Amino acid sequence: MASRSPALAWMLAAVVVAAGVIPILIPSMATLVVLILAKGIVVLGIIILLQAGQVSFGHAMFFAAGSYTAGFWGKYLGVGDLMTYLVVGPVVATLLGLLVGLFVVRYREIFFGMLNLAFSMVLWSLLEKMFHLTNGADGMRVPRPTVFGMTFSPDNFQYVLLYLTLAIAIAATFAVQRFLESPTGNMLRAIKSNETRLEYLGVSARRILLIGYVISAGLGGIGGVLVAVAQQIATPEFAYWTKSGEFVFIAILGGVGNALGAFAGSAVFELVRFYASAQLANSWQLILGVVLITIILFAPNGLIGLWKRQRAARDES
Amino acid sequence: MNSTLFVLASLDGLSYAALVFLVSVGLSLIFGVLRIVNVAHGSLYAFGAYLAASLSLLVTPISPWLTYPALLVASLVIGIVAGGLIERLLLSRVYGREEVLQLLITFAVFMIMDNLQRMIWGVQPIYAAEPLKLLPNVSIFGVSYTSYQVIVLPAVAVLALFGLRYFLRRTLMGSVILAVTEDREAATAIGINAQKVYLITFIIGATLAALGGALASPTTSLVPGMGTEMIVLSFAVAATAGLGQIEGTAITALAIGMARAFVIYLQPEFEVLVPYLIMVAVLLVRPEGLFGATKLRKI
Repeated sequence: MASRSPALAWMLAAVVVAAGVIPILIPSMATLVVLILAKGIVVLGIIILLQAGQVSFGHAMFFAAGSYTAGFWGKYLGVGDLMTYLVVGPVVATLLGLLVGLFVVRYREIFFGMLNLAFSMVLWSLLEKMFHLTNGADGMRVPRPTVFGMTFSPDNFQYVLLYLTLAIAIAATFAVQRFLESPTGNMLRAIKSNETRLEYLGVSARRILLIGYVISAGLGGIGGVLVAVAQQIATPEFAYWTKSGEFVFIAILGGVGNALGAFAGSAVFELVRFYASAQLANSWQLILGVVLITIILFAPNGLIGLWKRQRAARDES
Repeated sequence: MNSTLFVLASLDGLSYAALVFLVSVGLSLIFGVLRIVNVAHGSLYAFGAYLAASLSLLVTPISPWLTYPALLVASLVIGIVAGGLIERLLLSRVYGREEVLQLLITFAVFMIMDNLQRMIWGVQPIYAAEPLKLLPNVSIFGVSYTSYQVIVLPAVAVLALFGLRYFLRRTLMGSVILAVTEDREAATAIGINAQKVYLITFIIGATLAALGGALASPTTSLVPGMGTEMIVLSFAVAATAGLGQIEGTAITALAIGMARAFVIYLQPEFEVLVPYLIMVAVLLVRPEGLFGATKLRKI
């Protein structure tokens, strides 16, 4: 796939340097960059499913599963370690993904999307209604965790979190890219192009989709832990369907052909939201909606596609 | 649960089901013909409600009875203007494109409308209960209830159900819509303008959503999240019934409306869960929905 091309590798390097260096110059950017990277990790999972032509309008449930793992840990077990969260959160999300996945991989297209939506809404209402367990709509506070047993001051912690997130994001990007290029990844794409023929080869399409689904759920869990720790809170909104829509939005915005698109999309999304809500009070949703429409109508391959097209045009001339 | 509560819950369920039916059947109709799930459907519902409330408050000083035509005008304005614009400017450009793009373009519309709604009407709850108060209460099995909710709302829903049936099965335009649904290419080949059919269908569906909102506005306070809640609920109803099934949507709306009303009285915290649990249970057994037709796999 395209990540093998040197140009994209350079771009990856540039992105990594930007994400690592900018927050040192502008400390207030650190948390924003963490959010961008963490959401990008979740969107990697959406991209996996999109390879199979399936769009989940309920992936926020795995995101919330990761966030609430940190929340529950903080409330019932005391301040935990970030490393523990980063292991337990994705495990919880993965198990939930396996459970839900066993049901939803039997369905395709709109029914796949809607069943995911229904499951995530069930989780959302449970989180909101089980007030005595989850603090309801107020959400659960996620106290600043230790890292490998060490306690950091808020200033130092945000950099620890930033570089850890960056490392995870890089690892996840390479892992997902490898997965998509693997035989299983190719079979996943075959579900989109012709599922029946795939099954004629003796492959269980449901099993392939389940593998992709469980991986994407785990990625959702990782992103959920990181966002909850960065924002120090987990709320039921994390499982709401609009959050799932946001993830799909970011995937399309960045471009689904490539794992890097997840981070390009996430960066644009969060930056627009950040600056639009600061400059033009409460119109970020409107602006993002217009951006999304523009992308769908004029650049269906997303930002990465736009960038590639421009390069191709320049190489020709 | 005593008999009074039983009657009360049934009446709650009935009036709620009538509103849910109007919104869901619009969603189902649009999906049946355009093959697009309109994520912005809940926003059309909310816009219908807010515009109806604004118009009602505007005409109440002249004569409170003018609020009824105001509800109707509001839903027609939203349905024709907003619905027409969405279909012409956006949806018409993505027919035949990937399903995820069609879904997302309506998601974008949802984001924009949600934001506009807050800009236009603010975030404070709005009350416009005039149409509810004008009509007398009726006593049903010893329970006093507003006739607006137990007579007007169900009557409109039944009228919409039979109106749609008549329109689709007995009129030329209805037959044309069904023909395009069945086989777009063949329909186009015999001279049917599919573009026009899509536009009309979307406007009808949008108007039904806005009508649901307009009729709901006197019975509840209007708050920012109302559209986001309604869209998932109407999805649940339409999918449980089987997308594109008109009569099935009516029965399912009634079942889910009733179930929800009874749960509110018995176990209020699980109210929100009911529609989704029913939907998941039904789809696990019958993926095509209760009344949907089985789809053949194509090689």
